[in-house]
Amino acid sequence: MTFFETTAYISLVAISVGILFIFIRLLKGPSLADRIVALDLLTAAGIGFISILSFLYDKPVLLDAAVILALLAFLTTVAFAFYLERKK
Amino acid sequence: MDFIIISLLIIGAIFILLSGIGLIRMPDLYTRMSATTKASTLGVGCVVLGTVLYFGEIGLISRGIIIILFITLTAPVAAHMIGRAAYIQKTLLWKGTKFDQLKDKYDDSTHELK
Repeated sequence: MTFFETTAYISLVAISVGILFIFIRLLKGPSLADRIVALDLLTAAGIGFISILSFLYDKPVLLDAAVILALLAFLTTVAFAFYLERKK
Repeated sequence: MDFIIISLLIIGAIFILLSGIGLIRMPDLYTRMSATTKASTLGVGCVVLGTVLYFGEIGLISRGIIIILFITLTAPVAAHMIGRAAYIQKTLLWKGTKFDQLKDKYDDSTHELK
C-alpha cells in the first residue's frame, strides 16, 4: 500500500463519518429547513467523496460527475428554499 | 509536491467531518448553517484542489477550478435563501439568543422588509 493510498483511505473514512452525522440530522431534523441544510451538506460531502475516489482509482473521468453534482446542488437548494418560503 | 497534495486531502476531509459534527452539535438552525456552509466550502475546496494537483493536467485543473469557483459562489447564496425562508416561516431561535435584530421587520403577507 503506497502513501497516497493510505491518505485516500484515511480521508474516505473521515468523510464517511461526516456523512453518517449528516444522515442523523437528516432523519432527526426538527424542522424542514434543517433537513434542507443537511441535504445541501450531503451533496457537498458527496463531491469530496467522488473527488477522493477519482484520486484513489486514478480515474479523472469521475471529476465530471463532481462538476454535475456541484451544479445540481445549488438548483435543488434554491428550489427547496422557494418551496419553504411559499409554504403556508 | 506530494506533501502538499497529502496535506490538502487530509485537511479537506477533516473539515468535511467537522461540518458534520457542527450539524449535529449546534443548537438551532441558524448556528448550524453558519457552521456547515463555511466548513464544507473550505473542505470541498481543499479536497478538489489536492485531487487536481495530483493529476496535474490542464483540462482537469480547469474542471477543478470550475467546481471550486461554483461552490464558493453559490454556497452563500443558497445559505442566505434557506435562512430567509426559515425566518419567514418562524423557525425557532435558540433559547439562549440575546437579541433578534430582524424581529418584526418582515412583512408577513408580502415577505418584504418593512
